[in-house]
Amino acid sequence: MSEATIAVELLGVTKRFGDVTAVDDIDLTIADGEFFSLLGPSGCGKTTTLRMIAGLELPTQGTLKIHGDEMGLRPPNKRPVNTVFQSYALFPHMDVRANIGFGLEMRKVGKDERTELIDWVINLVEMGGLGHRRPGQLSGGQQQRVALARALVNRPEVLLLDEPLGALDLKLRQQMQTELKNLQREVGITFVYVTHDQEEAVTMSDRIGVMHEGRVLQIDTPEAIYERPTTRFVADFIGRTNFLEATVASGDEVVLGNGDRLRVSSDQAEGTAVAITVRPERLTVHGRGQAPDSRHRLDGVVDSVVYLGNAIIYSVSVDWMHLEIRCPATLAGDRRHPGDQVTVSFDPDHTSVLVG
Amino acid sequence: MTVETMPGLEHKAERAESRRGFLLGLPAMVYLLIFFVIPLGIVITYSFATRTRSGRTELGNWNVEAYRRLGEDAVRAVAFRSLWIALLTTLICLALAYPLAYFISTRSPAVRNMMLVAVMIPFWSNFLIRTYAWRVLLDSDGLFTQLVSAVGLGGGRILFTSKAVILGLVYGYLPFMVLPLYASIERIDWSLVEGARDLYASGWMAFRRVVWPLSRPGVVAGSILVFVPSFGAFVTPAILGGNKKGLMGSYIVDQFMDARNGPLGASLSVVVLGVMLVGTLVYFRQGGRTL
Repeated sequence: MSEATIAVELLGVTKRFGDVTAVDDIDLTIADGEFFSLLGPSGCGKTTTLRMIAGLELPTQGTLKIHGDEMGLRPPNKRPVNTVFQSYALFPHMDVRANIGFGLEMRKVGKDERTELIDWVINLVEMGGLGHRRPGQLSGGQQQRVALARALVNRPEVLLLDEPLGALDLKLRQQMQTELKNLQREVGITFVYVTHDQEEAVTMSDRIGVMHEGRVLQIDTPEAIYERPTTRFVADFIGRTNFLEATVASGDEVVLGNGDRLRVSSDQAEGTAVAITVRPERLTVHGRGQAPDSRHRLDGVVDSVVYLGNAIIYSVSVDWMHLEIRCPATLAGDRRHPGDQVTVSFDPDHTSVLVG
Repeated sequence: MTVETMPGLEHKAERAESRRGFLLGLPAMVYLLIFFVIPLGIVITYSFATRTRSGRTELGNWNVEAYRRLGEDAVRAVAFRSLWIALLTTLICLALAYPLAYFISTRSPAVRNMMLVAVMIPFWSNFLIRTYAWRVLLDSDGLFTQLVSAVGLGGGRILFTSKAVILGLVYGYLPFMVLPLYASIERIDWSLVEGARDLYASGWMAFRRVVWPLSRPGVVAGSILVFVPSFGAFVTPAILGGNKKGLMGSYIVDQFMDARNGPLGASLSVVVLGVMLVGTLVYFRQGGRTL
């Protein structure tokens, strides 16, 4: 990425609260116009990272730049970013229009221009007709839109969103995911989105940074993170997966727990204990001995069958472990049943080799 | 049981419920009736009565003479002086209490509780005794007077001046300002301030546009809790003001005791009560709107 296209850059940023290290020496580069998500479980440091970009926390160490400008000790009101807070933080004593216009007013934007911009953004988030309501008179979804409008109206260089959909119910959340993504394309502003919901991150983001215990473990596209996790934590946190314990035999071969040899490449030294991860939907169940030779095969017995409507989850025990397999739902006649002798197969190319 | 009997049953249950509530409230209501409502009635009745030559109050021959006398210069001067002193006391309390309440509410919970207890410590000893203590401090050779002249803020005795009265009132009523202010500032969601800062507000603007308006119920409550008793204060002006310049409270007492003018004293009392009532109504209207 060239200098001009970098919206946010963090170099060696650490944040400590007393003895607790919330963010541990992270490097992060977010491109201009990108929808970037910070994903991780609670307490992983993602919100602290966002707050440091906003200026609501100052880094203990490290450099933080926005469009090449060093932020240093700059207070939040002097930074070209705006935040959509998890709690929305709408001013309860002001109506919707006053809330949205607050940032413009603070920047001394003229009254006519202010009215125009407020009208534009109220239209954008489809809140027409509610301009004179107080936040207390709005539903959660409406409050969320006002919070979004209040930030967007300032046309910030970077929009920071701290789990903005967390308080909404599932249906509304899914609808807002699509809307947020469309909105981001429409306004062309860089979004930095904090969430613990992996589905949300995968659905909306151009790239995801997965955080754990104050560190960024992997930064990549949603597909690469899902298909090619580089750590056990990432593989486990994003979607469901199977781990097959193994030992590296050579540069392109590992030995599975049952003694099977599997052709996969890894850069680990011979004898290193590794885990092979393979997603449930990359596994196929066949009748015993009916799997094609091109795939790696493991014999096992069906433990349980769970019907999900659009899919079926089989749990199959092979001799040293259980595997979870997800298949498209078939009609009842084609289904396996608990106790069936089966062969499970997978393509070695659809696995990743993880350390630990 | 038919469907039609149900509403009747429900009504009966409601009535029984409300009767129980009434019985629970009865002791307090009887108390208030005997020691508050009846005396208040007596005061109001007296204010329309006649004063005989000998200074007795004669019930009968009802008139509004006592109210007419409220317009006299001497009475008006006392009323305005009282208003002025109560207003100054309120403003000084607000100026002192707001930063303190703000400071307390931004501490950790443990420190917060300790400081709140500290604010209330003066209540542990009697108000009268504390006011007499000020009398010692403020006398010409008192510690406070010496301190004031030592830092070059003027010499001479402070005792028996309006300054002494205001000082005593501020001292006495400051906790009544701090506590409601603390309660309303503490409740403010800190993320609102962060929201304002994020939306380009300076620290000062965030305070003016977010913290101050949201703490207004506390400002109104504290101001009324200080203003109302300051306006009718009797003990402090009597002990620290030396009663050289009468204030409302002592003027009313004088009417009953020395001047033996019951009706005038009563009508003044009614006026003071009226001022307090207006204050209280303002408080509830303000509170009702923002709470």
